[in-house]
Amino acid sequence: MPQHSPMSLRGALGGTDLAGRRILGAHHGVGLADAASGSCLDADHVGLAGRSVLVATSDQLTAALALIELDGLVRRLVVAPPDLPAEYRPAVIADAEVDAIVSDLEPATFAGLDVPLFARCQLPVARRKTATEAARPTEWVLLTSGTTGVPKMVVHSLEALTAAIKPEPPRARPTVWATFYDIRRYGGLQIFLRAMLAPNSLVLSEAGEPVVDHLHRLADAGVTHISGTPSHWRRALMCATARTIAPEYVRLSGEIADQAILNALRETYPQAAIGHAYASTEAGVGFTVDDGLEGFPAGLLDRRGADTELRIEDGSLRIRSTRAASRYLGAGPDRLADADGFIDTGDMVERRGDRYYFVGRRGGIINVGGLKVHPEEVEAVINRHHGVRMSLVRARKSPIMGSIVVADVVLDGEPRDTGPGPAGEALKEEIIRLCRRALPQHKVPATIRFVPSLDVSTAGKLVRHHA
Amino acid sequence: MSVRLTVISQIEIVADQQKKKLAPLTDDLVLIESGLDSLCLALLVAKLDDTLGYDPFTESDDVNFPVTLGEFVRLYEDAAA
Repeated sequence: MPQHSPMSLRGALGGTDLAGRRILGAHHGVGLADAASGSCLDADHVGLAGRSVLVATSDQLTAALALIELDGLVRRLVVAPPDLPAEYRPAVIADAEVDAIVSDLEPATFAGLDVPLFARCQLPVARRKTATEAARPTEWVLLTSGTTGVPKMVVHSLEALTAAIKPEPPRARPTVWATFYDIRRYGGLQIFLRAMLAPNSLVLSEAGEPVVDHLHRLADAGVTHISGTPSHWRRALMCATARTIAPEYVRLSGEIADQAILNALRETYPQAAIGHAYASTEAGVGFTVDDGLEGFPAGLLDRRGADTELRIEDGSLRIRSTRAASRYLGAGPDRLADADGFIDTGDMVERRGDRYYFVGRRGGIINVGGLKVHPEEVEAVINRHHGVRMSLVRARKSPIMGSIVVADVVLDGEPRDTGPGPAGEALKEEIIRLCRRALPQHKVPATIRFVPSLDVSTAGKLVRHHA
Repeated sequence: MSVRLTVISQIEIVADQQKKKLAPLTDDLVLIESGLDSLCLALLVAKLDDTLGYDPFTESDDVNFPVTLGEFVRLYEDAAA
């Protein structure tokens, strides 16, 4: 990776051979040579320089082009995720002191917002109107994917965002990255940056595109490296088309990678290296686990003075890292890190032998008569059943215990007799027996319901409704 | 199947699944001495909600928790009416 001071995306791209490298959307593709030297904006760079810019596009490809063009030019890049509700825009704009909007949408979309400059970004990439200024450090602001309320805004530098990206050894064929994520979220942005900083191409996802069509595009592009959440992967593996791609590297992040999904990926892609990464928008990339097993080696906690240090306090994973965000934006009382610089991830872990296992989120606990149940630990057991593709464990109100545990289950493969008939009942009984063998009584689902699908959020995570 | 028979058969199913030994199911059997613990009772109420389509405990705010099996069955019979 060429070192510039300060570092910028265009600087990084400028020092390398861009021939043959592309960013491919669902409908269009752009060569990186054009992206690095041209412009997709209808405003000149002088007017945008030094501003705090909200990049709010409908399309990921135009967002990617805008990010390449604006990093190193503007003071602050606020990256709006695709599903940012319009009613939160004023708060985001105020807290991030946004004084320019870049979008592929009609200017009228942003009418009534007190922002002095609007610039349209669109294809095709044109020649740049003005000479590019020297790069300045740009703050990157990412929005967290919380389920309720105004998302938190998290400030990163490009150095922190790219700190986990190590130079890749030369490869026989060109690397083509893809991600099921949207690149405007931390997990997707990591892949975007990985593709930009090494001699790679990138295939973008497209909101609303059927998984089968997406997989066909990935196959056509010859994808070699691909990332997504376990939910993304479970959904992909439900399509026979998943076998038309032959990735060399498969990466999971964003949710707990349980042994069932790791095994299913190993079986589908026997030639691939399979890794699961722990990362969060706030703490950055914590670590990657490449041994094919769920959880992580306890030895990772002993790395004093490393780029990323881990510790466990009150059962949750804490991270201190050069890859972490620097602060939250806005008036919120939230401190990002504790006095020692450790960020509480809210992800609860449990030690078994020489490994730690993720058991769930601190806020997602189901309380069964005073006993705690993490939905994720029950799902991990259910998912081990060979007939199960994915599951969602949730609380059901109980007049006796406060809550009891119930499960919605999506079966693998062809639709089968899952109605009230004996086959469905026998399968439910099998799954419950599996849970009884592995879990204490209060964690065993009281009822199991077969459902055709489960909601996965735009961030690629199972949608959980907390009571 | 009558409400009473449904309740009795679900009690037997839950006890079997949870490996509990049931006392003879008479009307004056005190529930907490039936062999079912509170988790079993919670499971029973959920299963009855699924089979009968109602849960008398949550449909009314002032349910006195039944002490005997007879009272428990009556609660479900009354709610069905």
